[in-house]
Amino acid sequence: MATLERSGTALSHVHEEVLDNGLRVLIQEMHTAPLASVWCWYRVGSRDETTGQTGVSHWVEHMNFKGTTNIPRDKVKGIIEQFGGYWNGYTWIDQTTYTETATRDALDRMLFIEAERMVNGLYDPADCESERTVIISELQGGENDPDTLLDQELTAVSFKAHPYRHPTIGWLSDLQSMTREDLYAYYRRYYVPNNATLVIVGDVDTKDAMRGVVRHFDAITRADVAPRARTREPDQLGERRVTLSREGTTGYLKLGYHAPAVGDPDFFPMLVLDAVLTGAKGVNLWASFRTPPPQRSARLYRALVNTGLASSVMGGLVPTAEPFLYTISVTATVGTALARLEEAALSELERVRRDGVSAAELHKAVHQLRARLVFENDSITNIAHQLGYFETVASWRLVPALRERIESVTLEHVRVAAERLTPLNRTVGWFEPQPVGTHRDAPAGQGAGSGPIR
Amino acid sequence: MTTATQRGLAPVRVVLDNGAVLIAKQSQTTPAVTIHAALAAGTAFDPPDHPGLAHFVSRTIDRGTLTRGADEIAEDLDRRGVSLATSVNRHALSLVCTCLVEDLESILAVLADIVRHPAFPDDEVRTRRAEITTLIRQDEDNPGAMAMEGVLADLYGATHGYGRRPRGSVESVEAIDRAALQRFHAARFSPGSLSLVMVGDIESARAVDAARAAFAAWSAPAPPPLELPAAAPASVRHVRVIPMMNKAQADIAYGFTSIRRSDAAYYAYWLMNNILGQYSLGGRLGDRIRERQGMAYYVFSALDANVIPGPLTVRAGVSPANVARAVASIDEELGRLAADGPTDTELQESKQYLIGSMPRTLETNAGIASFLQTEEFFGLGLDYDLRVPALLQAVTRDEVHAAARRTLVPAHATVVVAGPYAGDVR
Repeated sequence: MATLERSGTALSHVHEEVLDNGLRVLIQEMHTAPLASVWCWYRVGSRDETTGQTGVSHWVEHMNFKGTTNIPRDKVKGIIEQFGGYWNGYTWIDQTTYTETATRDALDRMLFIEAERMVNGLYDPADCESERTVIISELQGGENDPDTLLDQELTAVSFKAHPYRHPTIGWLSDLQSMTREDLYAYYRRYYVPNNATLVIVGDVDTKDAMRGVVRHFDAITRADVAPRARTREPDQLGERRVTLSREGTTGYLKLGYHAPAVGDPDFFPMLVLDAVLTGAKGVNLWASFRTPPPQRSARLYRALVNTGLASSVMGGLVPTAEPFLYTISVTATVGTALARLEEAALSELERVRRDGVSAAELHKAVHQLRARLVFENDSITNIAHQLGYFETVASWRLVPALRERIESVTLEHVRVAAERLTPLNRTVGWFEPQPVGTHRDAPAGQGAGSGPIR
Repeated sequence: MTTATQRGLAPVRVVLDNGAVLIAKQSQTTPAVTIHAALAAGTAFDPPDHPGLAHFVSRTIDRGTLTRGADEIAEDLDRRGVSLATSVNRHALSLVCTCLVEDLESILAVLADIVRHPAFPDDEVRTRRAEITTLIRQDEDNPGAMAMEGVLADLYGATHGYGRRPRGSVESVEAIDRAALQRFHAARFSPGSLSLVMVGDIESARAVDAARAAFAAWSAPAPPPLELPAAAPASVRHVRVIPMMNKAQADIAYGFTSIRRSDAAYYAYWLMNNILGQYSLGGRLGDRIRERQGMAYYVFSALDANVIPGPLTVRAGVSPANVARAVASIDEELGRLAADGPTDTELQESKQYLIGSMPRTLETNAGIASFLQTEEFFGLGLDYDLRVPALLQAVTRDEVHAAARRTLVPAHATVVVAGPYAGDVR
């Protein structure tokens, strides 16, 4: 496995430094292309939102592209595109992040943007208002997709106490009622250097880059950040179900099981188990979903897709700070009853819970996951993402250890992880399509999706 | 340090005796190789009585060969962590995957078997037909897909190679059987219609040798050229509403036929499209409709200059209450760009952006492979990546203005709105 050996060295030289104001800085030199990627991460996401303010993290993210004291609102995007650069941001349950990738000579510009974003956001009242309708448009666009609607409902039903339950985009009534003051207060509360991690990867010199970081960020003062809510989701006491019966052409089945957090010993065994069931996805939220998993020989693919019951099956297990969900999403083929599809899926899951996986399956899953780690490290943007992402859910030091953690999974570990696939721990979601045009639906749901949103 | 950008990609290109084109480029980003095989067998080649056939082939070609069963292929790819993605566009059927360097020879052997000897087993055809039918039904419940398919059908005609639904209809797919798949394969797959690009951490000569071993023995007659008439540009405005009252948001697709990729004005059009609907989150359209009017989460334009004049489309997703206002804003922004042309600043910024983004485009193996396929398909030359900056720099403001004047004529626009909207659009 010569190539896999070499790939392990890609992340071995991370420079870590914490400024006096608490800003954590991670720098990794990579000289494969004349580019630099910057990601600025904040430990704030939809789990930090309270009733009445759902969606505020994501709306704040949008406002942070709307100009700062020293960057006029119409220059925020162009300032990096002039260098041929790419910029973006996303918000999810545990984190909010901003990124730029451009030629290395734009590094100082990228650091300037992120420092401005940390303290000098304008939050012009008129811009807050116009962004309200943009976000409602984003929500409604998501609701056009039945699978997104079902995902949101399933997540809401799976959690009764933990704030992971509400969609990152927020509930419609909160989006309609929040004020500019709500947004600005939230921004000031969480956008402080001691709540942030700045990652730089690419064709840079570590010392030069560090000098730039100090120049732009050192004067920003630290501030207290309230501790995150400590609510722990109580153990589920029985199967939960939700059925969306709406006009549509296609049936969807979604199964959700309370899953281990990334720091839980079960997380990597669960990742292996998912690879056996639906093919290896990898652990890069930014890159993994752009390439389909190798799944033609996976158990659920064979049981559901090759039998003609489903046109697709996808497993979802993402590293999160606290226990989130392992989901299995299935699209029924035309004419397949959801009850029959559910029976077939549950029968496979019961089989793996009862009998575990074989040594050959474990070997294949581990190899697939290792290969995904190699494939996903194909750009400085992806590598920088991983360092920052893991720092917001656990520690960046997990990134160079990923391969070892995957390789150390045993059959017994997988057997223990598979015990989570019990009916007691399960929520079943159906999207049952009603013939289009037969009745006028109630207004569409109140949010969209539990995936990260931009 | 001399960077790849300064040297250029300088790929190795070899044409085998049987006509197959092999292109290899060594890179050292990751110890992996991306393989991108393209065959001139896209949806434009669908026979008139079998719309959806090329897409059907793409969903079944890797489901068994004369000597390998579907399960054997699945196992062979999966155990190496390889996911083979098959897809079609108008002109090409593509098979793309990334594998570890040490697996290249084995994967090429499987790929060559798939491309040369697909068996299209009856049971697989049945199963994948049900999948395709489901995909078509999902499209029919998706306002974005309905609006886009609608505008292309209205621009080119529902039976034209650029206008018909790429997956066909439920009825047309029902009529596709194993014999039809075999006929399409026999008619369209030949070494002369293959271009195979390999990019990764392997010497180019070794990659070419491996591909030669897999494909050199292939012999099949060259297919006849594609007959594809250009669509006459619209001379009146055409608006259509597809009511989908169960949806939350309406999708607008607004378009024109544009130019051929070989048109000398291509670079002016590329810049014009960037200024109109790309630069800085949607160009002028994004600034107006998203930033200032707050009406849409997404609004952008896309240029598809192709073998014949392809579509230039504007897309937006808006609340049903804002459909008329959004279409009016699109009209105004297009009219303004056609009347006044871009500003010098806009032109300069878009040039800097497109030129400056080249190293990013060419950072990953997959990105390079895709770029080299496009380069090969349009015959742009192996030094195209080095020539792009000068080609863009040479474009004048007047040329961009002329492109806008020629194509962005709201009175000739074709507009389709799909979603919870049953009102009029003018």
